[in-house]
Amino acid sequence: MILLIPLFPLAAALWCAVPRSNRAAPFVTFAASVVTLGLSLAALGAVRAVSEIVVVRNWIALDALAGLLLVLIALVYATAALFSWGYLSDEEHGRRVRLYHANFNLFAFSMLCIPLLSEIGLVWIFVELTTLLSVLLVSYALNAEALEAAWKYMVLTLLGATIAVLGILLLFWALHITGSTDFTWDGLRAAAPRMPYPLLGAAFALILVGYGAKVGFVPLHTWLPDAHSQAPSPVCAMLSGIETSAVLYVILRLRNVFASDAHLHVGTWFVTAGLVSVIVAALLILQTHDYKRLFAFSTVEHMGIMLTAAGFLTPIGDVAVLWQLVAHAVSKSFCFYAAGATLLATGTREIAGVRGLLGTSRVAAGAMLLGGLAIGGAPGFAAFLSELAIFKAGLLAHMYLAIGLLAIFIVVAFFGLLRHITHMVGGDPESRRRRLPAPCLWALGIGAIPVVLLGVWLPRGLGDTLLSAARVLGA
Amino acid sequence: MSAVIAELNALVLGLFIITTIAMTVARQIGACMQLFIVQSLLLAASAFLLGASPVSWHLIALGCVTLASKVVVIPWVIRALVPGEVHQRRELSQTIDVPAALLISLGLTLIGYAFALHLMRSAPSLSPGNLAMGIAGLLVGLFLLAVRIEAVPQLLGILAMENGAFLAGIAVAPDFPLIAELAIAFDVPLLAFIVALLARTAYRRMGTTEVGGLSALRERVH
Repeated sequence: MILLIPLFPLAAALWCAVPRSNRAAPFVTFAASVVTLGLSLAALGAVRAVSEIVVVRNWIALDALAGLLLVLIALVYATAALFSWGYLSDEEHGRRVRLYHANFNLFAFSMLCIPLLSEIGLVWIFVELTTLLSVLLVSYALNAEALEAAWKYMVLTLLGATIAVLGILLLFWALHITGSTDFTWDGLRAAAPRMPYPLLGAAFALILVGYGAKVGFVPLHTWLPDAHSQAPSPVCAMLSGIETSAVLYVILRLRNVFASDAHLHVGTWFVTAGLVSVIVAALLILQTHDYKRLFAFSTVEHMGIMLTAAGFLTPIGDVAVLWQLVAHAVSKSFCFYAAGATLLATGTREIAGVRGLLGTSRVAAGAMLLGGLAIGGAPGFAAFLSELAIFKAGLLAHMYLAIGLLAIFIVVAFFGLLRHITHMVGGDPESRRRRLPAPCLWALGIGAIPVVLLGVWLPRGLGDTLLSAARVLGA
Repeated sequence: MSAVIAELNALVLGLFIITTIAMTVARQIGACMQLFIVQSLLLAASAFLLGASPVSWHLIALGCVTLASKVVVIPWVIRALVPGEVHQRRELSQTIDVPAALLISLGLTLIGYAFALHLMRSAPSLSPGNLAMGIAGLLVGLFLLAVRIEAVPQLLGILAMENGAFLAGIAVAPDFPLIAELAIAFDVPLLAFIVALLARTAYRRMGTTEVGGLSALRERVH
């Protein structure tokens, strides 16, 4: 069953690539995404009972942590597929939309493979594929800005991937020296204490910088606001909501390999790099003029928060990181649907150009407010609870300065987000009332359910999964 | 490894780094492409030499895939998709002049060499020269990427970096499971296809392939 999961988006991509499937492409994509989500949930349920399912030893396996990421990818894939259905239909019909859906499914396929693989070399290939298969989605608008964004995205993230591959080769060399041949998450962790320090240190630096460029850590984040603002909104939801998290997942899984050598000070590097990202992103949130860039900077902030908490190297910190990962995936994808709805209603991405959104589109205005409160971490939303858990983990780890800085700049980012959003929602409408396409309304409605529910109710199954997944990280 | 093979490999490595440095100063895009083909040939030659004795099918396969992908497919894809006029153009907007570029490349080569020596103190490698020249090639490729703004030379910068990483990789991880072969066989041609497609679109829509110089998306401060 696990092997079937990425095959559905692949089959949907092949279907959409066939000429004459123009009208069916959005439906086929959505149907494939729903089946993928169902299978992913079933796989996660099966994993919870046995702790790990090994499909092909040393190559394909699923544990609670991988299962959690798999479900999040499938969830965002499904809602983004639904939103795409309405979002693109108003712009144009025909061949380009069909090819968009083929590419969109391939992008989902590459992301779904990351949690399913346990061989580090193959994981690297699929991380690189996520870039290659999303570049043409970012450049979809085919104007100068979209081409520039796609180019920056590709060059910087592939530069990162090339730096990371040298780190991975050094890691394989270090593993070889210990006499082990299992180049898997577990194999590396078992052999890590016997690896030579210079190799482990060089691999750590290269992998953190290389994959960090793809996650969007400061100062390697410059491509992220461009790509995440120029791509069509459902693609932004995939890029910001889950692609960055999928690469962060790779860094998190390798963390304890490097943390086995205390001289590397992995925790300190994580906390420092994470805090720099949070601080810079919070300041950029204050001064941005584009509401899609606003949410993109918020992604840099959230990635920084998670890296900081992962640097505490404690089990409670890991649970908080994973809770934040879930909150970010559902809230950020919803924010980009809200941004897409606002763009459809107003025709501009400029914050200053949108006034009286409540009068132009009540749905877009409501979604913007809900998304802004949820991603900012307002009380009553999942990000608030996960950030409280991160503060608690930091206090228990005696990281007082880190927690103090984190608290200050999370608050700065929160007020920055709300200042911009309230400016857009309030005032007299500058454009006449517009009705959003039905699939967009459905995507917003379905996307809002986890955003609202997870802040007030943590399902027992999700709670258990978070604990099991944190045990896999094993701080 | 016999002494003759080791000496031949050393010659190949020397030519590899000279070719990579030459890429940073070649102004014409077509010449940059020719140098990349030579660099890829040298990577394949080093893989064949290291894989010859004792016989390593992994390395021989890597050499074959490199020849097919980087010497044949990628140049063909780029020539087919990027307009012919672009290949003949001299890139006059390179940000650093030739003597400075040579000096910086030399400095990066020395840094790569020192870094490789540091790593080799802790572990033996199949061919120490490969590690040193591989890391140097990666750094010089990074420099090439930084100073060029034309689409094709920027792509060649990324691919030169990757050639450097794999030149180092075949010395330290000759039995690396599949990654190099798969990456070179599938990822790299896909990358070339996408870059060439973007460059062609940019040329058609904006009349230029100087995509690295675009800067409309900067954060504005009032």
